[in-house]
Amino acid sequence: MIGPGKYFVEGDVAAAYGAIMAGCRFFAGYPITPASEITQAMAELLPKYGGKFLQMEDEIASISAIIGASWAGIKSMTATSGPGFSLMQENIGYAAMTETPIVIIDVQRAGPAIGQATRPAQGDVMQSRFGSHGDYENIVLSPNSVQEMFDLAVKSFNLAERFRVPVILLSDAEVGHMMERLNVPEKVEILERKRAVTFEETTKWGEDLIPPMGRFGDGLELIVTGSTHKPDGTRDTGEPDVQDQLVRRLINKIEKNRNLIEDWEEIDSEDADYLIVSYGASSRPSKGAFMKLRERGLKIGYFRPRVLWPAPEKRLYELSERVKKVFLTEMSLRGYRMEIEKIFPKSVIHIPKVNGKVHSVKEVLSSIEVSI
Amino acid sequence: MSGIITTEYIREKYLRRLPTAFCPGCGDGQILGALIRAIEQLNIPKNEIVTVSGIGCSAWIPSPYLRIDSLHTTHGRPIAFATGVKAANPKLKVIVVTGDGDAVGIGGNHLLHAARTNIGLTVIMVNNAVYAMTGGQVAPTTPHEAKTSTTPYGNPAFNLNVSEVVAAAGASYVARWTTWHINRLIESIKKAMNKKGFSFIEVISQCPTYGGRLLNMDHIEMLHYFRDNFRENADGMFRIGEFVDVEKPELTDELEKLIMKVKS
Repeated sequence: MIGPGKYFVEGDVAAAYGAIMAGCRFFAGYPITPASEITQAMAELLPKYGGKFLQMEDEIASISAIIGASWAGIKSMTATSGPGFSLMQENIGYAAMTETPIVIIDVQRAGPAIGQATRPAQGDVMQSRFGSHGDYENIVLSPNSVQEMFDLAVKSFNLAERFRVPVILLSDAEVGHMMERLNVPEKVEILERKRAVTFEETTKWGEDLIPPMGRFGDGLELIVTGSTHKPDGTRDTGEPDVQDQLVRRLINKIEKNRNLIEDWEEIDSEDADYLIVSYGASSRPSKGAFMKLRERGLKIGYFRPRVLWPAPEKRLYELSERVKKVFLTEMSLRGYRMEIEKIFPKSVIHIPKVNGKVHSVKEVLSSIEVSI
Repeated sequence: MSGIITTEYIREKYLRRLPTAFCPGCGDGQILGALIRAIEQLNIPKNEIVTVSGIGCSAWIPSPYLRIDSLHTTHGRPIAFATGVKAANPKLKVIVVTGDGDAVGIGGNHLLHAARTNIGLTVIMVNNAVYAMTGGQVAPTTPHEAKTSTTPYGNPAFNLNVSEVVAAAGASYVARWTTWHINRLIESIKKAMNKKGFSFIEVISQCPTYGGRLLNMDHIEMLHYFRDNFRENADGMFRIGEFVDVEKPELTDELEKLIMKVKS
């Protein structure tokens, strides 16, 4: 059992601890490097908590099973990496369309295709938001330490339950495999989904645009479908307004609540002429470089989104009014670049690294030094 | 007389609306009728049942017609979704209604593994030997040399005997019937739903729209074809009846035992 206290574990294991503490009691997964340690930890932990673990025949089956389990009322999760994450995309869209709370951990490895199975990368940032077809919104979190693998795993469940969306904990092989101290608190804050007691309740929503969720077996006679459907769940693929209203609500329930979701770490940006933006493993050498540059008296700030999607746009737009140059450090040639360049159209210096290794502080420093 | 009253009662109790969207003469309506009669005769409370379907005409048998929880999922995946529902709440009777393209084409892997693990699902697979909803394309169940919209010169490949494969994969109960054998089908669904482990029923069904057009037969002629050719002592695809009926450990039971063992 996971008691409160100090642990020395790897990030993947910390994420499993977080999931258990958040109330996850069903896990379906398929082995893949560098996420297998999460799957193994869940196999060991879940039965101790009365939960169920299933190793499925593939990643498509894994995400299918956790969606089914979520409708049976159990908090559910899967974990994978690039190739498996690609296979899951269709059903991520299904979870968005059916408003099913689930958590997917993607421990990113270098791609495309099989790529470098054991090496970290951050090439799934756009996929994590746009990977499934059609218009939808989900939530993506980015941990940069073993502690955050735990904390953000808990937070992923809370966001999934609150907003009825698939939440992706977007880690990478570096954070997933590193060993650090983990503090497990006495108690973590847990949110539960709004539960519908009658069928009628499942068809209505308030200002937050999120209808209470029914549960299989409660006699509500629920209709759940990935086809375009009316508020009561019945399929209606011909009426233009039904599609229009459904898709707009799926987007707006995140868009209009983004101030409740956005989360970032920000240091010394008040007087900053320059700003380092980074996330996940690459934020650690970036922070090191930032500290050195500040010591030297450069007016530079550090900005790290903990929630990548929805992006902290409002705050970044505010910063764009005074910041002259933005240094975006990431392990991808694309990654978060489109988002940051949208906000800072002419002032982004991109510092990517795509050889399967994390930047060193020195590398970040020298890339910044040549640009200022 | 009493039969009519019973029919109306069943309709009211189990169906949200009629008519269905199925083509005239389609077997799906017959299978929907068989399913609700089986549930009624078993007297299982509706809140103890969850139906799961995939994509294709067969997927519409439970969703949205049944007044029972229904999960209408992605193509080929209903058995995997159903696995999650059953594992999360083993008290539920989980019925998957699927088609031959759904269960054997795109979703064959899930079918094999559900049979192997012997998870307590009841899978009813409607086999009309074509992809009907998308326009009558060749399926893994289409006979050799048959003409379909993607085999205009005849099917160069060969069809799979699905029931035998599922039997070999380890299911607890496997049966095959046709839409001519509705009373046998009802009895079989009842038996399957009472089975602890994985149960699978293949229902050979007519698609008058695509199958019929290509075979130049109407639905009545197709049903007569089923009557005349499918027998319990026939071979290969023409064999109907029960293929497997055994008792063996079921997956969610084993999971519960495992939890008890780990906790103690």
